[in-house]
Amino acid sequence: MADTLLKVRGLKIEGRSDETWMPIVNGINFDLCRGEVLGLIGESGAGKSTVGLAAMGFTRDGCRISGGSVEFDGIDLVNAAARTKRDLLGRRIAYVAQSAAASFNPAHRLIDQHTEAPVQHGVMPRSESESDGIELYRKLRLPNPNEIGFRYPHQVSGGQLQRAMTAMAMSCRPDLIVFDEPTTALDVTTQIEVLASIRKIVEEFDTAAIYITHDLAVVAQMADKIKVLLKGDEVEEADTREMLSNPKESYTKSLWAVRSFKRPQKPAVQTASVPVVSVQNVTAAYGKVPVLHNVSFDMHAGRTVAVVGESGSGKSTVARCITGLLPPTQGQIELDGVPLPSDYRKRDKSQLRQAQMIYQMADTALNPRKTIGELIGRPVQFYMGLTGSERRKRVEQLLEEIELEPSQYYNRLPSELSGGQKQRVGIARALAAEPKFIICDEVTSALDQLVAEGILKLLARLQDELNLTYMFITHDLATVRSIADEVVVMKEGRVVEQGLKEEMFRPPHRPYTDLLLSSVPEMDPDWLTNLLKDRGVDNIGDAALDKMENESPG
Amino acid sequence: MASILKIIAQRLALGALTMFVVSVVIFTAVNLLPGDFAQAILGQGATPEAVDAIRRDLGLDQPPITRYLDWLAGALQGDLGNSFAQANFAAFVGSDAGSGLSSVAGQIAPRFENTIFLAGVTALFAVPVSLTLGILAALYRNSIFDRATNILTLSSISSPEFFLAYILILFLAVMNPILPSLSNIYEGMGFGERFTKTLLPALTLTLVVTAHMMRMTRAAIINLLASPYIEMAQLKGISPLRIIVKHALPNALAPIINVVALNLAYLITGVVVVEVVFVYPGIGQLFVDSVKIRDIPVVQACCLIFAGAYILLNLTADVLSILSNPRLRHPK
Repeated sequence: MADTLLKVRGLKIEGRSDETWMPIVNGINFDLCRGEVLGLIGESGAGKSTVGLAAMGFTRDGCRISGGSVEFDGIDLVNAAARTKRDLLGRRIAYVAQSAAASFNPAHRLIDQHTEAPVQHGVMPRSESESDGIELYRKLRLPNPNEIGFRYPHQVSGGQLQRAMTAMAMSCRPDLIVFDEPTTALDVTTQIEVLASIRKIVEEFDTAAIYITHDLAVVAQMADKIKVLLKGDEVEEADTREMLSNPKESYTKSLWAVRSFKRPQKPAVQTASVPVVSVQNVTAAYGKVPVLHNVSFDMHAGRTVAVVGESGSGKSTVARCITGLLPPTQGQIELDGVPLPSDYRKRDKSQLRQAQMIYQMADTALNPRKTIGELIGRPVQFYMGLTGSERRKRVEQLLEEIELEPSQYYNRLPSELSGGQKQRVGIARALAAEPKFIICDEVTSALDQLVAEGILKLLARLQDELNLTYMFITHDLATVRSIADEVVVMKEGRVVEQGLKEEMFRPPHRPYTDLLLSSVPEMDPDWLTNLLKDRGVDNIGDAALDKMENESPG
Repeated sequence: MASILKIIAQRLALGALTMFVVSVVIFTAVNLLPGDFAQAILGQGATPEAVDAIRRDLGLDQPPITRYLDWLAGALQGDLGNSFAQANFAAFVGSDAGSGLSSVAGQIAPRFENTIFLAGVTALFAVPVSLTLGILAALYRNSIFDRATNILTLSSISSPEFFLAYILILFLAVMNPILPSLSNIYEGMGFGERFTKTLLPALTLTLVVTAHMMRMTRAAIINLLASPYIEMAQLKGISPLRIIVKHALPNALAPIINVVALNLAYLITGVVVVEVVFVYPGIGQLFVDSVKIRDIPVVQACCLIFAGAYILLNLTADVLSILSNPRLRHPK
């Protein structure tokens, strides 16, 4: 371990914005030995990816290394000629990108892209690299390793692509691989499989790695040591176990504590009470493609129902049915025991008012040309009929509710707000209609953890004050744990399990819920090792899903 | 593959529909032209009786719908009718004009062949040159080379065609007599001579169409350079030229193909000026002459051919750009 492979000293990076160079990274130091894995963590804007790329001697357009040194095996990458760097990249230093679907060239087959680096660098001839690729696919437990490489990227699923990309990074047996959030875009059950593959192959070839992520639990499984970044500054660095058990800096502690927010479970509802919203035997389709099959669940006043499931499970489609954007082909939606017209165009204003929505991307959900006052004022005027100073008073009141100072924010545009503040405006806009029921569609998944926690706390407070009912769509089980009263688990357009949160998180589970729950990484560095030992490699991810399908067809 | 055949069939059907609409538009527009052939040929001193007689012989006294349907039925069977101007008047007055010379098809065929030849020679130079220039400009973007190429191609597209033609004549035919300045092509000429005589007009047209294709190639490639898969290729240590040619170009083909098709269509339909300068016997000249003397069957046929060329080339471009998308070539 004494053999230092990568030495980064005082690394400073600037980015160009508005004709001036602004600092992005202000002096980062680290060493990486052969076979060692360094985890870089931090929130968005911390400079993790920029540092990761700079460790390869690469900067994106509009960025430059303004100071410090990056030394790879005695070669100064900051001052090296482009040709020298090209010779190292791909051959001795490789990269695994966040979105494999976007980072594979859509015009070429996987194996052609796999063999490109070895052939171009003269490491091995095409045929040898091809059979080596197939061998790597097998090691990474890709299905049909012999033929999967001969497919085009769009013909392969996201998790498989991510593993194929790891295989591609390995194609020249590099000394160092930079993993840039390789599992962030994946579902939990797929993520765990990719994590297991990456860890296995990095260990097997004794490759050094930089693992960039914002997810602490993930980095705990992968890294030997962890470095925490905040807005381009390094906060602290320590061995993984040391860092988890004994963080020193207050920022690190706050990151660690994020998941501590947890609302107490409310008791089960009386069977006699009428649910605020009741989804009854809803079946729906996009054109001829069926998406929902006989979905039923109730949501009661003052409670939060979390609808969980992986991408494509139909969570958001249920929301579209409830709001009337997608009229179901069968079944109905009841509001306070009264059936709602299936099409929103046939609903009257008071029915429309009762169900509001908060969206995942506050950026795109707010009209960038309208001020905050106008954005919130419109539903106030439309639903409540308030105008002039009354309208303004109500908007200011709503801004206070979401903890934004009215005098400061009333006339601002969305672009002048941070991500968390925009999401708060989205909440205020929903509240302006004074609804009973709010659909929160992945409202925290685009936000950093600390900010997300603030939003969850705000939603919880508003619920207590206004007796709101939330339908909380999410794929993040940690969020479910902190805010939900009831949980509905969906898979392929069907409800596979529903019940009180406490019961859901306590065994025995249905097999799918069990798989989902067990796939969520925990902060314990031995979690993945233990899980693989307990379940075996065949009982995680796609393999486990396939098994489940074979056991219970349909 | 089945889906691609279906797409092609759909496009063909759409193309046929467009042709039909175009034929209506052409017929209406041509008939809206003031004056008719009978008046034009007989001049100012014509007696109304003589004008009527010729009108009757040519079928111009029929209502427009009947004439349109007659023309359409003929065109569908490949008979584009008889040229008014070339017809032997005795034949009109008598039974029927049987000689091949007077048929529209017989008049247009050699001219059209010449036009296609000129377009072909031009494309032979212009397409490879503009693609190469576009690729190089993308590779050395914002360099001196990039700017020089841009300035040169833009100034050549901004200059009038006849001006470019005279400049080329001045340099390549007058000051250095390398190429003939007249392109008087006739039937039975050897391929070599024909090719040499076509070179100057072809070079002129190359200068005219290069800018558009080159700039689209450059823009389409540069547009993709921010893609994650290009960054991935850079991080694999691939050389810049290979990144452009192997990684960017295949994904940039669709817009490039469309611009190439548009320019080829222009080469078939829009080169009258160049034809006139070089006395090149192409279809453009025939078209202009026929309009002058109100030779309606020839005008209509030329319009139809122009429309057909546009539709066919755009259709080909559509199909090719669909084929350039691997998602369609290799469905899941």
